[in-house]
Amino acid sequence: MAEKLIELKNVTYVYEADEEGEPGYAAVKDVSLDIHKGEFAVILGHNGSGKSTLAKLMNAIYEPSEGTVTVKGIPSDSEENGDKIRRIVGMVFQNPDNQIVATIVEDDVAFGPENLGVEPSEIRRRVDEALKTVGMYEHREREPHKLSGGQKQRVAIAGVLAMQTECIILDEPTAMLDPVGREEVINTIRRLNKEMGITVVLITHFMEEAVLADRVIVFDGGRCIAEGTPREIFSQPGFLIDHGLDIPQSAQLSNALGFEECALTPEECVDKITEMMGGAKND
Amino acid sequence: MVRDITFGQYYPGSSAVHKMDARMKFVLTFGMIVCIFVCRNFFSLGLMVLFTSAAVAVSRIPLKMILKSIKPVAVILIFTGILNIFYTKGGETWFSFWKISVTEKGVYTAVFTMIRIIVLVIISSLLTYTTTPTMLTDALERLLSPLKVFHIKVHTLAMMMTLALRFIPTLIEEIERIMNAQKARGADLESGGLIRRAKALIPVFVPLMVSSFRRAYELAFAMTCRCYTGGDGRTRMKQMKLGLRDFIALTVCLAVLAGIITLNHFFPKVI
Repeated sequence: MAEKLIELKNVTYVYEADEEGEPGYAAVKDVSLDIHKGEFAVILGHNGSGKSTLAKLMNAIYEPSEGTVTVKGIPSDSEENGDKIRRIVGMVFQNPDNQIVATIVEDDVAFGPENLGVEPSEIRRRVDEALKTVGMYEHREREPHKLSGGQKQRVAIAGVLAMQTECIILDEPTAMLDPVGREEVINTIRRLNKEMGITVVLITHFMEEAVLADRVIVFDGGRCIAEGTPREIFSQPGFLIDHGLDIPQSAQLSNALGFEECALTPEECVDKITEMMGGAKND
Repeated sequence: MVRDITFGQYYPGSSAVHKMDARMKFVLTFGMIVCIFVCRNFFSLGLMVLFTSAAVAVSRIPLKMILKSIKPVAVILIFTGILNIFYTKGGETWFSFWKISVTEKGVYTAVFTMIRIIVLVIISSLLTYTTTPTMLTDALERLLSPLKVFHIKVHTLAMMMTLALRFIPTLIEEIERIMNAQKARGADLESGGLIRRAKALIPVFVPLMVSSFRRAYELAFAMTCRCYTGGDGRTRMKQMKLGLRDFIALTVCLAVLAGIITLNHFFPKVI
């Protein structure tokens, strides 16, 4: 098995009760989980399942109330270590508007490396490279508020890329986007993982996105309730629906038709149905 | 609504003015604004107008953009014009009716003041048109860095300004969204007297405040994630270097100042 990048051991995170009488509650309960180097992991869960809290635990924004989080052997138990961890694990948030700092695209991408104290000429190189990777190079001098949601989110991804972190956590990066923007962002994320070997942890509630992963981790009520390849997970529709989740249409169809192995994409579905009907395989 | 705020909006380009060091631009803009007030007669003011037109020409900012920047001050312009015409007395009387009279001095002062305001606005918007807000705050940070001696957190101030600028368009969009949402619920934002209209805005500004705090909170997380720990140990992608271009600009500006003083000396003053 590949090297462990992020290790969570019996992690619990409790939001403290505040003065206004809101009771405290545990958002993450006794979770043990590893993220391996180079993998594309998807964390799936409906709203309030604790998946965003988990993301913030993974890059040391939150310190666990109980248990330990270690990134490449560095425990997230102090401010200093938190800073070291965030140099390894980058993060992209849901709302692109609230994570863009500068008024010009390239200045925003440069923000991360500037904070790391990288040499100016090297920053320039990294910024150009990162913008080309996400396909936003020609927009480098534009103002972020004039871009579409998908473009803004790709700028945010470039901002993390320029920091050259080994791992990127994306906390529902497509939740606020239209279908076109969603596809742009997902394709970008896949390319980062497949071509550049960056470890990707994608948090989402879109099943179509989960299908692309190497590993799916299902979250509900602050606990990790299932883990496996997309095929394994989506072969048990009843289980997912019980936990407030949907399953991709292709999987739904193949389950209804009683396929032994569920199909994940429409193309796969077509192939299987053709086979079932006794027709020749589509080539 | 106010979707299009031109004042303080960068106009991309690659002219000599764009490429100038932001610090020098900042200082020179201030210097030239002072120069406008040094002008005492139409000859020195003419020189200033000439300089401004030349600067605009070099910057290759379209005339349309320049006119756009004057638009918001049009009311002030007309107001000062009228005020000066009727209240400044002196010299030959050109026109007189009942208690109103227009004198030679009044007209001169009015024209002079109006040109002054126009030049002032053009010069200052030239700075914001040719310099990105980031460069501007960067320049400010560096120009003010001597204040660190007095324990003033110059970097933090500059960062605050950058973020404020960055969020202006976002918040305007937000206001529009909230206003539409409240209108959809039957809120009447446009009728009634001043007080009633001001009161009607409360349901717009309360949600705006709440969402701004939430944005600030999220932004702080995002900045932490990108390893922002304050000004120490930061580097900059865009370095600032004073070049030949900047010294030429400085020389030109000094020459203009010298010209203005000379012209002030040789011709009678108007204002």
